[in-house]
Amino acid sequence: MTDTAALDKPESQLAAVWRQFRQHKGAVFGLCVLGLLVAFVLLGPYLWQAEELKVSEALKVKNKPPSLRFPLGTDQLGRDMLDRMMSAGQVSLAVGFVAMLIAIFFGTFIGVMAGYFKRLDGPLMRLTDMFLALPLIPLLLVMVMLFRDRLAKVVGPEMGAFLLIVFAIGATSWMHAARIVRGEVLALKEREYVLAARSIGAPPRRIILRHILPNVVSPVMVAATLGIAEAIITESVLSFLGLGFPPDFPTWGRLLHDGLSYMQLYPERVIWPGLAISLTVLSVNYIGDGLRDALDPKARGR
Amino acid sequence: MKLKTALLGAACAFAFAPAAFAERGADGHVNVLYWQAPSTLNPYLSSGTKDVETSSLVLEGLAGFNEKGEVIARLAESVPTVENGGVAADLTSITWKLQPGLLWSDGTPVTSADAKFTWEYCTHPEGGCAQAARYEGVTAVETPDELTIVVKFAAPKPNPYMAFVGGTSPLLQAAQFANCLGAAASTCTDQNFMPIGTGPFVVKEFKTNDTVSLEANPNYRDPAKPAFATMTVKGGGDAEAAARAVMETGEFDYAWNTQINPELQAAMAGGGKGVFLNGFGTLVERIEMNMTDPSADLAEGERSTTKHPHPILSDIKVRTALSMAIDRQVLVDVGYGAAGRPTCNLVPAPEMFADTTNTGCLTQDIEGAKALLEEAGWVAGADGIREKDGKKLHLLYQTSTNPVRQDFQALVKGWWEEIGVSVELKNIDASVFFGGDAGSPDTFQKFYADVEMYANNFDGTDPEPYLAQYMCDKIPGPENQWQGENINRFCDPAYDALVKEMSATADLAKRSELAKTMNGMLTRDTMTVVPLVDRGRLSAASVTLGGVVLNTWDTELWNAQDWFRVK
Repeated sequence: MTDTAALDKPESQLAAVWRQFRQHKGAVFGLCVLGLLVAFVLLGPYLWQAEELKVSEALKVKNKPPSLRFPLGTDQLGRDMLDRMMSAGQVSLAVGFVAMLIAIFFGTFIGVMAGYFKRLDGPLMRLTDMFLALPLIPLLLVMVMLFRDRLAKVVGPEMGAFLLIVFAIGATSWMHAARIVRGEVLALKEREYVLAARSIGAPPRRIILRHILPNVVSPVMVAATLGIAEAIITESVLSFLGLGFPPDFPTWGRLLHDGLSYMQLYPERVIWPGLAISLTVLSVNYIGDGLRDALDPKARGR
Repeated sequence: MKLKTALLGAACAFAFAPAAFAERGADGHVNVLYWQAPSTLNPYLSSGTKDVETSSLVLEGLAGFNEKGEVIARLAESVPTVENGGVAADLTSITWKLQPGLLWSDGTPVTSADAKFTWEYCTHPEGGCAQAARYEGVTAVETPDELTIVVKFAAPKPNPYMAFVGGTSPLLQAAQFANCLGAAASTCTDQNFMPIGTGPFVVKEFKTNDTVSLEANPNYRDPAKPAFATMTVKGGGDAEAAARAVMETGEFDYAWNTQINPELQAAMAGGGKGVFLNGFGTLVERIEMNMTDPSADLAEGERSTTKHPHPILSDIKVRTALSMAIDRQVLVDVGYGAAGRPTCNLVPAPEMFADTTNTGCLTQDIEGAKALLEEAGWVAGADGIREKDGKKLHLLYQTSTNPVRQDFQALVKGWWEEIGVSVELKNIDASVFFGGDAGSPDTFQKFYADVEMYANNFDGTDPEPYLAQYMCDKIPGPENQWQGENINRFCDPAYDALVKEMSATADLAKRSELAKTMNGMLTRDTMTVVPLVDRGRLSAASVTLGGVVLNTWDTELWNAQDWFRVK
């Protein structure tokens, strides 16, 4: 009886995760929506090219409702909203993902170090507290002021702004992830399998990579999904304060901000970017939810 | 159509008004909305418009300005001039006569001693008086008798209507503020929140940054005024919410500074519950050209200083071409609507100082601009951007963060790109841009950009101090902690000579001629300053509120005593 089971080729871990992920309807739906959004901002510009209009021509078509010529209408200066939504999306999504990656990397690293090595716990957690206590906006202000011109000289104003913003957001939003991970690691390292690994002489590096990291993936995933949303919103705050991208460089946050004063007359101005931001955040959250279930061996197969 | 009806209604109300408000307090209550709420009612302790204007309901000066910018008597019997002997022939003193029988709201008489006290209060060496500029050059205030006030100046003052004139320098009651001189000024909370005045209203209750409750002054000099028995000045919200409160919900009768985009203006005005009032003062939105090199390659302390002239903008042909490419009417339509009009003047008002012949910039000329750039040696490169000696025609264009300014940036960038100029935009948070911090690279004084856009105006009706800002010695730089007012780093000895001449000229016709010449030198002749839009004030009044006249030369509440309810 046991023979047949032993002969079956065991399912690879990745396939198992995928099978479990597919069970989660919301996660699959989220993945589809996010895929569509990414395709929209990346492939869209190849399919839809806005007309090159002179200022005087553009002003004749300002505030137009959606039509064949302008599928999402035009704004108060006669700019094609579809075109702006696509280029804004590229920036917003890129900022969201990259800033999230940076934050998660720092957060997990510091969290694991603090949780696993007792000697580092105190200093690292005090560092985290210090970062939490720092007022975010003045800190960003100083960073932008110190480095904007220098970066802009090296990589150009747009790329410079991108790097700076992504790094600034990443460097100021890792603290929550670090705290969550540390808590989880503190609990995990007292578990029997970690003790067992240690007793056979496994070095800390291996224990962390093989036994601890896979088990903290779920809280990290949740932190990451929330991080994307937060990064997109922080970016719009920065652009609003004039510290972000140059004003002719649209992002979803900026489009939303620009549309605010026209909300009553042309609600679609805020609906489109608002919808895009909400859909991104929601779908990423669902994906995170699905991943957490899929990666958790205890939940798997339930 | 509805707007027209509303206007007609208001006009009718004016016609039948006198019968309606013959009695003090007959019209009940009036609600006024200042969305930036007043934080004090002592204008000497705050330069905020909201504070100065609200306090003008209670405190008054000897004279004020009307909606045309003319001086009108308030507490004084008449306006002193050289002709009637009130102003000394050598312009070193002015003699005011108080109206006899004037009473403070607590029933005590107003005397010349109150004026002398007010001057001492504001010029006290330990006090930080926000309106000290109104008393600049005053060496003494003499009181030969109870009703006569003589103000002496250190040097001839061609414009003597500064001290005690307008909402920014009203009379304080000596008895009430006697213990509030110098350093004690800001500790006198009761006095600053509830000043005793001569104006049409008396403060009943003051809640900082929230609400001021007022009632009619029982001792106001005109027994038939004000028509309203009580008034509430409420704060909070923003310009758009304020406009809605008057134009759509009708909760308020008057809202100050309802600067909203033209399309919303039109939509709200269509509702018929209120009207937008606009008045034009001296506020001009302009593009400033940097005459010095802001390049980041230069050492700190040499950037944007007179050591290095601007490599591109030093050529007047380029500056002219940039101005020609702009369609100012479009900017007005997009940004300000009824609250703006295109202008080529740095001094657009008052009428006698405004150069009405300076209209050359009003028509856009893209082809002409292109030709001018060709002439200057800038030829189109492969990517459509002009070049000269291997250098691209690239400009950094900065301004403060504000939706209208970003729209303007986008439009101007579009036009400049059409003539082959590559433009990089930058916006800076207004508190940093206008903050004046010498340590920040992003202030408008440092001007680390090729062109920048903002608005500026001058206080009162005399442009002399304003035009004097463009003298060579007022250029901001590291040696004066970047505090100069000559933002463009414009320097012309002939201009400096004109400023000196103006400061010694009393004749109004001659002064007006000098002002026009200087205005022309800065705009039309050199294109150092490129004016775009003459920005007015926009406030909203309910159709049921009569007697409102928007005044840009004094406070907006200057004639609250004449307001009445349209029945």
